[in-house]
Amino acid sequence: MIKPRKRMGYDGVVVAAPASTPYERYSTETAHWWIAKALRQSIKAAGLTPRDIDGFSVASFSLFPDTAVGLTQHLGLVPRWLDHIPQGGASGPSALRRAARAVQCGDASVVACVAGDTNHVDSFRRMLSSFSRFAQDASYPYGSGGPNACFALLTDYYMREFGVSREDFGRICVTQRDNALRNENAVMKKPLTMDAYLAGREISDPITLFDCVMPVAGAEAFLVMREEDAVAAGIPYAHISATIERHNAFPEDPIQMRGGWAMDIEEFYGMAGHGPESVDLLQTYDDYPVIVMMQMEDLGFCAKGEAARFIADKDLTVSGDFPHNTSGGQLSAGQAGAAGGFIGLVEAIRQVTGTAGATQVANAKRALVSGFGVINYDRGVCTSAALLEGAS
Amino acid sequence: MVTPLQKPPKKNPQLRTRVPTLPSHYRSRSALFMAAAAAEGRFMLQVCAEPDCESVQYPARDACACCLSDRLVWQDVSPRGNLIATSTVRTSTNTYFRERTPWRLGTVHLDIGPSVMCHLHSELVVGDEVQLINRLDKSGQSVLLALPLERAQLQEDDMQLRELTCDPKFRRILITDARNPNAYALAKSLLEAGATTVFVGEAESWRPYPDRAKLESLQGVELVSLDVTDTSSVQELAGEFGGKVDILINNARFVRPGGIQGRGDVGFAMDEMQVNYFGMMRLAQAFAPAMTGRSADGVNSAVAWVNVLSVYSLVNNPGFGSFSASNAAAHSLSQCLRAEMAASGVRVVNVYCGPTEDEWHQPLPPPKVPAGTLARELVKALQAGLEDVYVGDIAKDIRRKFMESPKVLEKEMTSLETL
Repeated sequence: MIKPRKRMGYDGVVVAAPASTPYERYSTETAHWWIAKALRQSIKAAGLTPRDIDGFSVASFSLFPDTAVGLTQHLGLVPRWLDHIPQGGASGPSALRRAARAVQCGDASVVACVAGDTNHVDSFRRMLSSFSRFAQDASYPYGSGGPNACFALLTDYYMREFGVSREDFGRICVTQRDNALRNENAVMKKPLTMDAYLAGREISDPITLFDCVMPVAGAEAFLVMREEDAVAAGIPYAHISATIERHNAFPEDPIQMRGGWAMDIEEFYGMAGHGPESVDLLQTYDDYPVIVMMQMEDLGFCAKGEAARFIADKDLTVSGDFPHNTSGGQLSAGQAGAAGGFIGLVEAIRQVTGTAGATQVANAKRALVSGFGVINYDRGVCTSAALLEGAS
Repeated sequence: MVTPLQKPPKKNPQLRTRVPTLPSHYRSRSALFMAAAAAEGRFMLQVCAEPDCESVQYPARDACACCLSDRLVWQDVSPRGNLIATSTVRTSTNTYFRERTPWRLGTVHLDIGPSVMCHLHSELVVGDEVQLINRLDKSGQSVLLALPLERAQLQEDDMQLRELTCDPKFRRILITDARNPNAYALAKSLLEAGATTVFVGEAESWRPYPDRAKLESLQGVELVSLDVTDTSSVQELAGEFGGKVDILINNARFVRPGGIQGRGDVGFAMDEMQVNYFGMMRLAQAFAPAMTGRSADGVNSAVAWVNVLSVYSLVNNPGFGSFSASNAAAHSLSQCLRAEMAASGVRVVNVYCGPTEDEWHQPLPPPKVPAGTLARELVKALQAGLEDVYVGDIAKDIRRKFMESPKVLEKEMTSLETL
């Protein structure tokens, strides 16, 4: 057994220049187009040009037959460091931590991290039927409900195990809608009441319409660079206090009730030098509300099975005592494919740098962002998280 | 609760017949081993062969998820487990399921380790002890379905289970050869299993044969004119009855002992090919189009094409050498038919039969397959939803040896002692 060593911090490395495209329900454009749009916005925000970008990290499902490699030529980039992150909803913090080490060690000076996908009228169905080998062999043939059905099974189990009700999930969805109404890019524009949530169309029991994200087209981006370069550029930036990443955690669990965060939180908060109580806002990966609860538990905000009660005592809106998914998250802003793994991180950068505009949480200094991705078969395989702290 | 199956009303010819759709057929090559097991109704998973590991794998893998060994062996394993979560899909991205929602599925934690997602029999609720069956769905690929440990009332009427089987209940069946000594037993078993009508094809009706009166006495049997060696006879019957055949059982057979040198000419060989090979082809050309067009036609959709073959289609039996060869040709053709019918979901079932209890096998020692056994096994296979069925001890023996090594079996069958 090889023991893990204490990890180095991310001293001297910062994250900056958050960029988001408005989302569209259906697009005739390609992933390349969406990625270029967010990338351009991010580079511009930092006062740089594409040739200044010497590191490039991409997350996308709909680039086929291209990868990050094809994108370099397509977009005219000349990076000396290149990464393609197929972690879906976990790709944000995972892209960040790889890029941070590259910059810290000098392998690259500025890494542009971008995630984006298009959404053609039939692309969601096509993606589901060939999502992964295990999904193709062992989950898609059973009703072809896609992730809705897989998460319905987890939700069913979680509700029974911990006595959680649909109202408990509804609190997450309703408050995120409140937050989304402040975000002009969100696809959902109308308020959501608890009654409307509970009356939502049945999708895959016990999951109903407002538990599900809406697939859209869009892209998100940010830059990872040396602190001195960010200072010289005169742009707001944030420090990276800690990151974690874990894949295929607890494979022996018969059904997913916890994610990889639970394996790594001690190290996570140890690296940051503070615990969850010092966090000003939380951005979880919210493909379904049950996963939000799992993250709150596994990241130490409450004990396992306690998330419903924890949420009931808190106000999760932008102006509340526990601001959560302040841009509306994917549930209300939309899920732009792999950009769903970036939306929380990009919003968190805005929050801790005081540039979030209408969704700004007062005095937000520290944000916890967590990612969850890839229902390879019966559960989400990838988990990640990052703690950001705004530079004063 | 199982909703009892209702006898379908007479078809309204003015209404459009639904075009068949299929569940997803995409599978990895490793997962095809499950389909091969499903063809025989076996529940097999990969087990790591490393003595210090022995962990059970699911879904199908190329290396052990416990010790990384590539020594994964497909084994019959316990299908029992606990149903720990369920859901009902109401919105599906796949047309086949869209047309059949609400569709229940569940997570079963198997006693042997892995958790599986599976289809659910309608009797089951969370917390139930269940047993899984491995079957082919309409796409021809393996799926798992959880059943109650104890037989439910009207178990076979369950919608999800019926989608995986070829149950004769409420279906109309064509048996192609009334003169085959197994025709009466087949018709009787099918009617007992709930078939609505059994059409039995009769060639040269002016020529008497022993079972005619017995066949006619069966309520639900209808004798029809059919000679599989005559293209126009086959086409004529298909024109009239093609749209009413839900299950076709091709039992037409020409059998004579002998191989090559014992016969002075190719006369019998041509007869064998005419019936056993070209007969199947004529039937398929005439009946398959109507059947494939009706594979989603409600309770009595067209569902199966059954070939009664000799197990010596797999390896030549020199005592019946030329007959074996004609069956090998028919067997190969059945595989082509399987491929051609795959898009419709109509299952091609091959029944591999050992030597039968009849005049042409009279000098052979036992064991031989009585007509009643063949009929019983064939009907059971339709009810169970199997694709490959081996009937009789000899057929089962040949199957085992064939799976183990076709070449060793050939050596055994062609050694000096055999003749």
